[in-house]
Amino acid sequence: MQEILFLIPALPLMGFLILSLAGRHLSKQVIAVVGAGVVCIAAITTIWLGINFLQTPQENGAYTVTLWRWMNVANFSCSFSLRVDALSLVFLFVITFVGALIHIYSAGFMKQDRDYARFFASMNLFVCAMLILVMADNLVLLYLGWEGVGLCSYLLIGFWYETTANVQAANKAFYITRIGDTAMAIGLFLLFRELGTLDIPAIQNAAPEHFTKSSPLITSIALLLLAGGMGKSAQVPLQTWLPDAMAGPSPVSALIHAATMVTAGVYLVARMHAVFQLSPLAMNITATVGAVTLLIAGCSAMVQTDIKRILAYSTISQVGYMFLALGVGAWSAGVFHFFTHAFFKALLFLAAGAVIESLHHEHGIFKMGGLKNKLPIVFYTFLAGAAALAALPLVTAGFFSKDQILWYAWSANGGSPMLWFVALAGAFITAFYTTRLMLVVFWGDVKTHIGEPPGRLMTWPLIILAVLSIVAGFIEWPHNMLHVTLFSDVVQKVLPAVTEKEGVPSESIFQLIAVVVTLLGIYTGYLLYKKNASIVAKWKLVSALVGLRNFFFSGWRFDQFYHTLFVRPFVFVTSLNKQDVIDKIYAGIVSMFQWLNGIFSVSQNGSMRTYVISVLIGIIFILALQFFL
Amino acid sequence: MQSYSVLVVAAILFVLGLLGVLTRRNIIFILISIEIMLNAAGVAFVAAGARWGQPDGQVMFLFILAMAASEVSVGLALVMQVYHQHKTLDVSKLNNLKDDIDV
Repeated sequence: MQEILFLIPALPLMGFLILSLAGRHLSKQVIAVVGAGVVCIAAITTIWLGINFLQTPQENGAYTVTLWRWMNVANFSCSFSLRVDALSLVFLFVITFVGALIHIYSAGFMKQDRDYARFFASMNLFVCAMLILVMADNLVLLYLGWEGVGLCSYLLIGFWYETTANVQAANKAFYITRIGDTAMAIGLFLLFRELGTLDIPAIQNAAPEHFTKSSPLITSIALLLLAGGMGKSAQVPLQTWLPDAMAGPSPVSALIHAATMVTAGVYLVARMHAVFQLSPLAMNITATVGAVTLLIAGCSAMVQTDIKRILAYSTISQVGYMFLALGVGAWSAGVFHFFTHAFFKALLFLAAGAVIESLHHEHGIFKMGGLKNKLPIVFYTFLAGAAALAALPLVTAGFFSKDQILWYAWSANGGSPMLWFVALAGAFITAFYTTRLMLVVFWGDVKTHIGEPPGRLMTWPLIILAVLSIVAGFIEWPHNMLHVTLFSDVVQKVLPAVTEKEGVPSESIFQLIAVVVTLLGIYTGYLLYKKNASIVAKWKLVSALVGLRNFFFSGWRFDQFYHTLFVRPFVFVTSLNKQDVIDKIYAGIVSMFQWLNGIFSVSQNGSMRTYVISVLIGIIFILALQFFL
Repeated sequence: MQSYSVLVVAAILFVLGLLGVLTRRNIIFILISIEIMLNAAGVAFVAAGARWGQPDGQVMFLFILAMAASEVSVGLALVMQVYHQHKTLDVSKLNNLKDDIDV
């Protein structure tokens, strides 16, 4: 079984090579078959592998295969080896399966685009890099995948490169994630200096013995790794790139900026849990970052008018939930939320893409409306995704995963009432903006001419993802309802189980509060955007509320803040040095020699008499020296 | 005492030749002035040889004589060529090798 492990990343890589080398000469049909086909085969391989893995558990809990020795320098050696354990398997499944659905969808979505082959080549390369990231046996290989997904994200955000704004968005995403990547690289250096190895299992074993608990060193390593995760996963304060990243095509947003790449930070923290557990401070900071992010991004999502930006802020906020769960020590709850979130957020992005495409590239939600009867399949699938996002109780996947996080935010060892309250507020906000989005886009009057409805290539992935958005939660029930814990049983072979505090009120009370708050959020949305729309119109006259709305709309003015704090001073310094200070030295030497040349060339006048006189003067000078010295 | 006065004569001759080189415009006169300067050097050598009773000074003068003869033959050939090409023997007009860059 281990032997076929290499196939999973190799297949998308093959697709990338075929499409990038020969894509120009292939017809669109062949490109679609190759591009989507390789990912589908990878998905089937993964499912087969997963079934085998669950049926016959391995001794060390993982499939490992060493493909070749990558580098060997002094006392550092690093091999190209893949390792799949339960945590990797969850990520593998989501990447290949959701990835395959998104590729199939893209075959329909991008069919008018002239760069069809380039699109699929980049997507395949992304899948390959992401698979290397989650299958890596050592952190160097993980870093290769980490940078690979960053590159593909850059290429795909700027896919329509003829528009300046898209290119700027791609650059911004690249720069900001780079900040996190640099921190992460420093963290890896520190780990290597201390432990002398970067193999993940070796780190898990050696870390608890080598480091004393909550020493400054381990805390700084954990925080540096966390910073890397925050950059990739768009957590405050490095979150500003994700809303702009929506410049890319919708399938890209679904695959990279919702389902997989932005959760790479979650994977990193979960993978390095042995390091994080040694530093309670780093864990607390992780939880706080998640809580702050989910609130900030949620508030921004409430007032956005671009359908994709709403979903982008919502993604930031949901990834914040995952970080919160990881931070309080509820490892499997965080990964479970990643699992369900991948389905419903990919679905929402794909459905939003279908809406945008049918409305001739209209992004503003207030120019949409009345799509309920015109695009029924998109409507029902979007409804399923939105219900899961809002965590509608008992019938959606989002409820099961988010409820777990809410419960552990208080009851887990690292939890606190404050974190719980923030998460609860986030749940209200999520329910509210989801309802707002649904009502504005699908109810009301038709405001834009509706073009062709999406074809079958696009609707089938939507339907499959909609079904998964509903049923994926049923594999893990809250403890007080049903004893079904399939997901955590598998994942907890790798991740430590959550330790709960004593003397916490019963779980049922928390669930009841969460349900009430969610329903309240939905009702508020219904009240403001359907039943009594005049309230919002009245609010628009109050300047304080408009100011608050603009503040949220701009993403809490983070962009302006960074602009004044970093961009302006940098531009100022560069403009000071526009003429290059160092260059002045060399320019000075040049002009000095030109000046001397001017003086001496006067003496070369071609008259023999002056030459003789100057020779004479020289002789007299030397003789004079003879006499006087 | 005797050699001292000969050296003074040699110095006067040399300065006269030098003044000729500096002031004359005609190349032939400049060549003649150079000959005078060479002979001044020769006189100085002979005087020095007489002063120490050595033959070296006279040997040196013979060398100078041979050198002066060859110098004059080459110099006169050059003067011929200059006159053929430029139709003048005025050195102040023969300054075409001068650099023409503006400074």
